[in-house]
Amino acid sequence: MGCIEELSYNILAKGMSFPKSRQYIEKTYAEVYHIMPGTKIFGDPLIGPPPIAIGIEGDLIVFPYVKPCHGTFLLSIEDSNEALRIRQTAKYVGKKR
Amino acid sequence: MNEQKKALLVLGCPEVPVQMALALFAGYHLGKEGYDVITAGNPSVMKLIKTSDPAGHYLKQLTTLEHCIEDITEKGASYDLCISFAHNDAGISYAATMRYLLPDIRFITIVFGREATELAPRIEYTGEQIVEIAVHNPVPIRRKLQEVMGWGVSKS
Repeated sequence: MGCIEELSYNILAKGMSFPKSRQYIEKTYAEVYHIMPGTKIFGDPLIGPPPIAIGIEGDLIVFPYVKPCHGTFLLSIEDSNEALRIRQTAKYVGKKR
Repeated sequence: MNEQKKALLVLGCPEVPVQMALALFAGYHLGKEGYDVITAGNPSVMKLIKTSDPAGHYLKQLTTLEHCIEDITEKGASYDLCISFAHNDAGISYAATMRYLLPDIRFITIVFGREATELAPRIEYTGEQIVEIAVHNPVPIRRKLQEVMGWGVSKS
């Protein structure tokens, strides 16, 4: 499996539809970024209808992770390097609070 | 020199029986039409295919969903046709991803399973759709696939 499953992550939600996961991230997190399907974070290509929303608060990254048999998980991983990389490369779409 | 035509089959969670039957059926017909067929799926899908088609008569080239995406985004893999199977929200997400990565080719989404008619309206990308509440019986959805692909509809 991908790199993400080998990392230390928290599951914030599971079994939600992809559109709901996007809506949740965009309404909840201080910084919201958009990436397109297939863009890698933590070394794995993210899956989902474009755009894929990623939330960042400090070093905490929140993103949807889709598994074919289990649907969409909302995962969070704390990683300052990846947070910086996303801030530098992804499309910033605003602070939603 | 003619380049070999390439078709990509993207399979979702294998819990609905018609998916495997349709994938093997599509592999057979695409092979007959001269396509090089690559099939992407999760590890369970791979095991089911290797068990159903051990000699690779219908689905010879298998890859994981992750490698399939990396082959396109990092190695420039290209296809002439993609058939994506979806019977749940994740299936739609995978199909949407493949459509985003392969915007200019013929793209067919097969929406099946008990929630097929609720799922189909969630598709926001362009392409052809085959929608049927098919779980165990592959015949009605197989007929639709035959019509869309011009594979000749049998009476059985």
